[in-house]
Amino acid sequence: MSEEFKIEIVNPEKSFLVKDDVSEVVVPAYEGEMGILKDHISIISFLKPGIIKILSKSGDESYYIEDGIVEFKSNNLSILTSSIFNIADMDKSKQQDLLKQAEEESGKEEISDQSRYLIDQKIEVLKTLN
Amino acid sequence: MASLDDLKKRIASVKSTQKITKAMKMVAAAKLRKAQESAEKGRPYSEKMNNVILNLLNGISDKENAPKLLLGTGDDKVHLCVVMTSDRGLCGGFNSNIIKKAKNYFSKILSDGKELKIITVGSKGNDQLKRMYGDKIIENISFKESKNANYFDADKVGKIVIDKFENSEFDICTIFYNQFKNVITQIPQAQQIIPLNSEDSEDNTSEESYEFEPDKDEILSNLLPKNISTQIFKAMLENSASEQGSRMSAMDNATRNAGEMVDKLTIQYNRSRQAAITKELIEIISGAESL
Repeated sequence: MSEEFKIEIVNPEKSFLVKDDVSEVVVPAYEGEMGILKDHISIISFLKPGIIKILSKSGDESYYIEDGIVEFKSNNLSILTSSIFNIADMDKSKQQDLLKQAEEESGKEEISDQSRYLIDQKIEVLKTLN
Repeated sequence: MASLDDLKKRIASVKSTQKITKAMKMVAAAKLRKAQESAEKGRPYSEKMNNVILNLLNGISDKENAPKLLLGTGDDKVHLCVVMTSDRGLCGGFNSNIIKKAKNYFSKILSDGKELKIITVGSKGNDQLKRMYGDKIIENISFKESKNANYFDADKVGKIVIDKFENSEFDICTIFYNQFKNVITQIPQAQQIIPLNSEDSEDNTSEESYEFEPDKDEILSNLLPKNISTQIFKAMLENSASEQGSRMSAMDNATRNAGEMVDKLTIQYNRSRQAAITKELIEIISGAESL
């Protein structure tokens, strides 16, 4: 049973989650969803808004994430993010809040194409959560 | 000599001051524990961020074309200084230490004939700097409403700095804050964040090669602005721990001094009370003798 690796999610305030019995993680990387299994090649990538799925022995979890960086090295997966929410703890009103915020932002004129893309992505993900 | 009544009043007033400083000390101690905890919890993030950036730097072959946030504009004419202080006073030398450090730096820059721009974070710094460098302060940010240092606030400051950089308003950015060492010592720090000073960080990167997705440059240009906010956030955390530590020791001193003062005044009070009694006795006795 050595198909497990370690994951650590940190946000600026604290170490958000540490688990060492993870069998697979799916992250919304910038160029598409990426599944990470044990012995994946070392990689650095950044994330777009989406859902992180963590499959582990002690139960599966999913998190909604707005941005971040993912680094995988020698079976250690670190995810740095400034905004992450556990979907199990998220209620409808919180989702609505985030959605409203994102929609407001996308209504602005002066944002760049890249950030517009990210915001549209965010809105889409939030809508699927509902 | 002060009358008995005056002394009594003074003792009462010093005692109530002592009560206040004691309460402030205890509040600061409680807040310090929290601030210290969050400073410790925040460390992994900035460390990891640093590691990733170092790993990326090792992988970059074409240093000429690296993002400007990393290398700077190649000039050092305009200096932006972000001076981070507290919003509240009564915390000993906390604010003055940062200001002193910053002022030294400012006068060095100005005597070198370079241009200086200042952003103050926290109202106390603004109060102290506006007399001498009022015309240099381009922005004054204060987070009075936020109870604790949070990333959202740091990100706001970071965005302002990056915006100004992209409009080429400055070449070099330095942040000033107090690093928390322990309750008694806080070390004022000047840290250069643009261009990134990667030389002084230890070399703990592995030689292992990474796969990058998308390419390195894009990751780097995405990461560097985040790193600036992270550095500012780290400074804010250190600062808030330092503030509480400094306040705690200042209030501890104040409480002790008040105690000494109460003792002194009490002795004085007792002496003058006894003197008054003796005087009265003498008056009675000499009055009785003369009869």
